[in-house]
Amino acid sequence: MRLDWELARRGYRRYAAYPGATAAGLFTNVFFGLLIAYILLAVYDQRTDVGGYDVGDALAYVWLAQGLLAVVASYGPSWSELALRVRTGDVATDLYRPVDLQRALFAQDVGRAGYQALWRAAPQFLLGAALFDITVPTDVLRWLAFGVSVCIAIAVSFAIRFLVNLTAFWLLDYRGPMMLALTVTHLFSGLIVPLAFFPEPFGDLLRALPFAAMLQTPIDIWVGEPLGGSTAGALVLQAAWALALVLAGRLALAAGTRKLVVQGG
Amino acid sequence: MAELGRIYLRLIGARARSQLEYRASLALQIVGSALLTLLDFVMILVLFENVPELDGWSVQEVALLYGIAGISFALTDLIVGHLDLFPQMIRDGTFDQILVRPLPSLLQVIASDFSLRRIGKVLQGVAVLTVALAAADIDWTLGRAVMVPLAIVSGVLIYTGVWIALATIAFWIVDAIEFVNAFTYGGNFLSAYPITIFGRWLRNLVLFVIPIAFVAYFPALYILDRPDELGLPDGLRYASPFVAVLTVLVARVVWENAVRHYRSAGG
Amino acid sequence: MAEPVIQVEGVEKRFVVRVKRGLLRRERREVAAVDGIGFEIERGTIVGYLGPNGAGKSTTVKMLTGILVPSGGRIRVAGLDPSRRRVELARRIGVVFGQRSQLWWDLPLRDSFDLLRHIYRVPAARHRENLDRFTDVLALAPFLDTPVRQLSLGQRMRGELTAALLHDPEIVFLDEPTIGLDVVAKAAVRDFLGEVNRERGVTVLLTTHDLADIERLCSRLLIIDHGHLIWDGGLDELRRQHGPERTLVVDLEEAAPPLELPGARVVKVEGPRQWLAFRRDETSAAELIAAVAAQARLLDVAIEETEIEEIVRRIYAAGVAPRAT
Repeated sequence: MRLDWELARRGYRRYAAYPGATAAGLFTNVFFGLLIAYILLAVYDQRTDVGGYDVGDALAYVWLAQGLLAVVASYGPSWSELALRVRTGDVATDLYRPVDLQRALFAQDVGRAGYQALWRAAPQFLLGAALFDITVPTDVLRWLAFGVSVCIAIAVSFAIRFLVNLTAFWLLDYRGPMMLALTVTHLFSGLIVPLAFFPEPFGDLLRALPFAAMLQTPIDIWVGEPLGGSTAGALVLQAAWALALVLAGRLALAAGTRKLVVQGG
Repeated sequence: MAELGRIYLRLIGARARSQLEYRASLALQIVGSALLTLLDFVMILVLFENVPELDGWSVQEVALLYGIAGISFALTDLIVGHLDLFPQMIRDGTFDQILVRPLPSLLQVIASDFSLRRIGKVLQGVAVLTVALAAADIDWTLGRAVMVPLAIVSGVLIYTGVWIALATIAFWIVDAIEFVNAFTYGGNFLSAYPITIFGRWLRNLVLFVIPIAFVAYFPALYILDRPDELGLPDGLRYASPFVAVLTVLVARVVWENAVRHYRSAGG
Repeated sequence: MAEPVIQVEGVEKRFVVRVKRGLLRRERREVAAVDGIGFEIERGTIVGYLGPNGAGKSTTVKMLTGILVPSGGRIRVAGLDPSRRRVELARRIGVVFGQRSQLWWDLPLRDSFDLLRHIYRVPAARHRENLDRFTDVLALAPFLDTPVRQLSLGQRMRGELTAALLHDPEIVFLDEPTIGLDVVAKAAVRDFLGEVNRERGVTVLLTTHDLADIERLCSRLLIIDHGHLIWDGGLDELRRQHGPERTLVVDLEEAAPPLELPGARVVKVEGPRQWLAFRRDETSAAELIAAVAAQARLLDVAIEETEIEEIVRRIYAAGVAPRAT
């Protein structure tokens, strides 16, 4: 536990070392947030409700999604860092350390997510809330459920990135799979457009997939539109995905390690 | 000038050759970047699943905006996209090396890379534009036909100028390059929509400060023969080539001045 | 007297740095990396430029090559103001930054040279002539067709030197050209530089931490510290002024406690070998040897002049040395 805490702190500090990059990233997210907000407002010129989202919900989506994208690392080096170490063979030294690789990386990723939540998501969201009339839950339980859901989303996001990185054990090129994974996660996590905007039954199907658990699920909970109408149900599904993906990561790492040992890297 | 053009081709030719060594990987990356870029268009399609038009523009018309802006931006990305790495060139001393060579520094920075994988973005833009031109209700004339390629060339120059001018911020604040992304990637994202849907200050920004409204919006008004709802002079729909040349000239002046403030790494 | 090819007069370079004061307050402070230096370098000489890290060495070289614009003073290199006529100057100088490469990482060495030929607009015949010559002297042939990323450090440095000289520059600036090289490669680089200087009359300004480079190549030495030029003169003068101590190394038959001798002190003991420092104006080597022999059985003796490194260390420690005239 002590080690996890230290690793998380290191993950936090690694990003805290570049306040200029944080400010610039925040600026970019705010700019995109404004653009998407105006675009969605043009949609709501003609509609009052899209897939259960009213205009306040849609605007809340914009500022939550733009804020959370840094927290769940929709972009960034963590999509290929480990893959690069696999490529170069440096991963062998990671595997010889007396700590579990997946757990150590997760601890660091939690630190990273904490930094982004504090310095990217929070200011971003406050600014959006100040500029636009967005939905804010008044119910304490819903706030709580949202918080829990964001934590699970970080775990799901980590588990997916971990799996994508591990493809480097088997595939020669790590950039191709990474781009493919980015495409799929961006579209299906609800980063591009709320999944509720997709035509039925597509929308509901996408909301049940693990990608939605990265981003869309916490936002659905915030605006009071959880999948199937049950917040508890949405959280259970999200947690199940987290568990399954983490386990899949462990299996993949074990298989990759075996391959490394057999072929000597 | 022709001399500089030849040396540019020679330099990027060298970059391209080394990328072609890994063909399978390159092919995957081209497909990957095409798909990733196509997401912005998927967003447009999903929005139009819910509404018949956006501020009076049909999906075909928005696709035309997206196509022109997308191709221009993809070509720009191919030519100067590595300006994203410019801060790194400053940090690791590569820019010092550039300054002791007998060629303009800007030319060398631009020629320092040529990422073939970005061709994927160009291809998806071409695909969308082709479909849009076929599907949209256009009353074709010679002028309108000429405007399509002219708008793309102008768009490349405008984006390139904006990118270069903004990248000079790295001479002062090295780790703030993502700030530039707001206007480059963000500008491209914005260009795919009629600018009338954005707030007044945003419109003024892309009209007068960072002139990306001239990449797709004004040429599209002309090609589609749409009235301008902002009440701006009618001539603006033909103005893109002039704005493009002006943008590039301004960018050059900004760059040359910024280089004189270069501090180099490690003193 | 030959014409000066580099002229530096009262040159300064100040940087503005922001210093943290407390949690949020930041103070702008101006720091002078180079604080009013002046010198001239004659055509065809090899001059060593020395100084501890952060003394202003690189900043000076960057101003001389046009990378940085000076905050004050006047610089002429080959008759040009470097920062104003950078591109023109670039054609007439060669630069090697030892820790960075001017070669194309993915390309064979030969292709890099070919690109440089186009960048510098060297006529094909002259290029071939130079390349043949350098290939010969630096033994480049075995790896001319190897991509740069696969070259050893020594091979790469030979490539870098060639790249810097292919366009017949009048002046070359070399920043740490022997850093990280093994003994053989260092010797090859030094021999090459000496030869280029003799044969082609190329002026060389050599920045280095390796004083052996300077002992082998340079007739003149500039030392900079804290942005000030603290020495400008020959190597022998430097030794005379700052290195009056010599060292006698004695090998005794068996290990002994440090010897006690008038006019000398033991600076190091290693088994039966002892190092005795003495001043040439106080005692002679012969007297000292006789005194040692009187105390212990002596197998062998050797005399070492003070290492130039030791002298320079002392100068840095003292801050400012008297300037040679």
